[in-house]
Amino acid sequence: MNGQSILFSGEALELLPSGAFYWPSNDLLVVSDLHLGKSERVARLGGALLPPYETTDTLTRLAADIDRSGARNVLCLGDSFDDAAAAVSLEASHRATIATLQAGRKWIWIEGNHDPGVHDLGGSYLAELRYASLVFRHIARTPCEGGEISGHYHPKARVRSASRPCFLVDSKRLMLPAYGCYTGGLNWTSPAIRGLFSDQATAYLTGQRVLAVPLPVAA
Amino acid sequence: MANLSATFLDWFASRGWTLHPHQAAMAARADEAALLLVAPTGGGKTLAGFLPTLAELADGAHDGLHTLYVSPLKALAADIKRNLGTPVEEMALPVRVEDRTGDTSATRKKRQRADPPHILLTTPESLALLLTYEDAPRMFSSLSRVIVDEIHALAESKRGDQLMLCLAELQSMAPGIRRVGLSATVEDPAAIAHFLARHPDTCSILNADPGPAPQIDMLRTAELPPWSGGGGKYAIPRVLEEIKKHTTTLIFHNTRAQAEIFFHNLWLANEEALPIGIHHGSLSREQRERVEAAMVRGDLRAIVATGSLDLGIDWGDVDLVIQIGAPKNVKRLVQRIGRANHTYNAPSKALVVPANRFEVVECVAALEAVREADLDGDPRGPGPRDVLCQHILIRACRGPFDAAETYEVFRSVGGYSNLTRQDFDACLDMVATGAYALRAYDRWQRLKQRADGLWELRDPRAAQHVRMNVGTIADTDTLKVRLKNRMGGRPLGEVEEGFAASLTPGDTFLIGGRVVRYEGLREMTVEVTRRADKPPKIATFMGTKFATSTQLSARILRMFRERDFSALPDHTADWLRLQESFSKLPEADRILIESFSHDGRHHTCVYGFAGRNAMQTLGLLVTERMEKAGLEPLGFVSTDYAVLIWGLNQVPDPSPLFDGDNLRVAFETWLKGNAVMKRTFRASATIAGLLERNWGHKRRSGRQASFSSDILYETLLKYDPDHLLLDITRDEALKGLVDFGRIEEMLTRTAGRIDHVILDRVTPLAAPLLLEVGKVPVIGAGRERLLEEETERLMSAAGLDQF
Repeated sequence: MNGQSILFSGEALELLPSGAFYWPSNDLLVVSDLHLGKSERVARLGGALLPPYETTDTLTRLAADIDRSGARNVLCLGDSFDDAAAAVSLEASHRATIATLQAGRKWIWIEGNHDPGVHDLGGSYLAELRYASLVFRHIARTPCEGGEISGHYHPKARVRSASRPCFLVDSKRLMLPAYGCYTGGLNWTSPAIRGLFSDQATAYLTGQRVLAVPLPVAA
Repeated sequence: MANLSATFLDWFASRGWTLHPHQAAMAARADEAALLLVAPTGGGKTLAGFLPTLAELADGAHDGLHTLYVSPLKALAADIKRNLGTPVEEMALPVRVEDRTGDTSATRKKRQRADPPHILLTTPESLALLLTYEDAPRMFSSLSRVIVDEIHALAESKRGDQLMLCLAELQSMAPGIRRVGLSATVEDPAAIAHFLARHPDTCSILNADPGPAPQIDMLRTAELPPWSGGGGKYAIPRVLEEIKKHTTTLIFHNTRAQAEIFFHNLWLANEEALPIGIHHGSLSREQRERVEAAMVRGDLRAIVATGSLDLGIDWGDVDLVIQIGAPKNVKRLVQRIGRANHTYNAPSKALVVPANRFEVVECVAALEAVREADLDGDPRGPGPRDVLCQHILIRACRGPFDAAETYEVFRSVGGYSNLTRQDFDACLDMVATGAYALRAYDRWQRLKQRADGLWELRDPRAAQHVRMNVGTIADTDTLKVRLKNRMGGRPLGEVEEGFAASLTPGDTFLIGGRVVRYEGLREMTVEVTRRADKPPKIATFMGTKFATSTQLSARILRMFRERDFSALPDHTADWLRLQESFSKLPEADRILIESFSHDGRHHTCVYGFAGRNAMQTLGLLVTERMEKAGLEPLGFVSTDYAVLIWGLNQVPDPSPLFDGDNLRVAFETWLKGNAVMKRTFRASATIAGLLERNWGHKRRSGRQASFSSDILYETLLKYDPDHLLLDITRDEALKGLVDFGRIEEMLTRTAGRIDHVILDRVTPLAAPLLLEVGKVPVIGAGRERLLEEETERLMSAAGLDQF
């Protein structure tokens, strides 16, 4: 399925072209930074009335990934909602979609800086999760104990003239790209991201298929 | 007041001046509701515009704002303020004159609203901003005259539509206002008059004596012009000679980047250290003001400039204008030439310098057109709806409004006179609710209709958002450049974000004529030092890239058909003859297509002569069809006369690619997905208030960037393909960058007659295109294949391919 298998902290993981990854030995699908309800939040604050379709789009892609991988467990790695009010005012149809996706699955919400605390959707709520040799948290921690899976920075790579959301992986950290529709990205060479990774880090570009490329050495 | 009092006549006499006939006529006809003055630069246009105002204010009886002066340039407003100072002071007139632009301080702006001057000098954007305030009707109730300077320039863009909507609103606050337009020589004064007048009123046109014909020639150089590029570097020794022979020389360039490179090289060659300055819109205000002041004092022998100096600023003793690069448009050339010799009755003196071999042909054609006074231009289309949306928001900021009344106000603008109530309501609905098929914002609408039927902002704080987004000038994503030091550093100007992203610390580039070294990015500011130890990369400034006009292209093709190369220098005539012996010369009623291999890629060169924008569209359209045909195109580059496409496979028969009906059908599907639409969408969505202008900039280091407007476009297209904004985007794209109209024009004149020439080598006419900058990549199978090869190569180079 155009993904890329990698070995991280001793675990075999399948990075998907959509920006999610699948962990076969635990039948777990991981996504980060969905930012559901973003356009609604902008409008509420008196800003522009953006096309209100990003939640539909993000959930449609997530459903496709769950369907293709057949995962029985799903973990959302924080900033799943653009803010707490966005989680509350989620449309009924979107609630129903999430409920359908959750049916028969174990679902974990890790909290992020945009969506701390608990909302009223099903699933478990955790600040972070340790499992096997891996630790799942929203924002990468320094120093890092190893086996860390995080999101938050929305990393984007630039190769030739293409700019694509990407995974970043070195021996200690794995960072996911943002999965949500209106999420943008931060350049992989920006100090906030680049400073977290060693010079042996690899980026995996999302797109039609996952492409591996070394992370440029810090300037 | 029809006639000038003795005070004025005495003052004129004391300075040894007499009134020009058109100045007297303007004073005599000051009571007309709308009046357009067409006069060459240097004809005392501005004074003609202001004389009636000064006369009416002379008795000190008028309270409050009397005359609003609007110009396209901040610099022009400042200049007029200086110039009005003299008569006001010397005649001791009880008149207060102030300017109000983006550069005016917030305190001063606030005070102007409470206590307006008699004469306010401003820009369309600052005026639109004024109209967002509740107190605008009070401020403008005493308004008597509006003077629109350089109206021909404003009429060329959406800034003009914005201004006319503003005037309509002003007229609803002060019904008696008189409109005066000041224009340089244009091809169709009646169109400008219609643009100025309140619809359906008429507007008289006053034509000043055009003065003696300009002396204009092509600069002859011993050095041959290069094959491509736009810098004109080869001509520097000759340009320096001309500078020495004249008092003050203005050197115009078509783009900011070219002005920077030229200035840098001119300075390196300037052994006598003649005082020479540079002026363009990407430089910081401090830099520009310094140059302007030096120019006014007469301290400079030459000034290298772009469009920012195009307009009627009074630069004193300019006795020579040099245009570097083909002028693209005869009208603009005439207006630029008019910058020389402000003494009204002396002929202007100008030299045109072709920047490359093809431009020699274009310059010769343009000079012919100037001599025949054959100006070019395209008619103005109906007023754009994105600007209308912005004005609905501006109206809402001022307070509750009635839809029917506002519709009538906007329809008094010529460009919007055919706007239907249905179209207006659709725009109002989009501004209010977003107008999405899914009514998602019921709770968070921007505008709400009250019980009494009036519309108002749901949240009055939204006015602040609207104010930050007023204006129609496209957001080009530029970053400020500062000298790095502990105190924060002196601002030098701006560069494009894409350019900044391509820099690594230690790289050097040109700005304000100086080479600076890139040190890093801090808080979205480019920090630089003066340590220039490498040859500079060139800063890429957006600037406007003009397309060669239809009329000028036709002249060039006529010259080819007549084989009359007598006006051309030998080197250029020989080049064209060489082309004819290898291949063919392009003809107006046929499309010439050449195919050849070069550098391991298959190349196809199409000579369409439809102007840069249309040729770019043709490139996008044809490569899309090549992609479908499995020809794996990689990219293309376009100029005003041709597009050169390269790819992994050969094009056996180009005819089906250029079939008119197929092209038109393909165009509709293609249009939706292409980059020009995305860029236009960004501009239109921002103007219409659906996207906030500052989004591209509102980020701090360490935070993820805002998402791109491309994603918004794609999402809207996917879920709401009939949305009004997509319709507006299509309209705007067709008018502007897509320029499909000129592709149609090309298809009509060539009517399927295609000459396909297959060669084993590059032809003389195609060779310059290989050196052109601005190559456009084609994102498709060919490139995906190369991207995979590249990532594999990088992985194996890093020793990571074993993993």
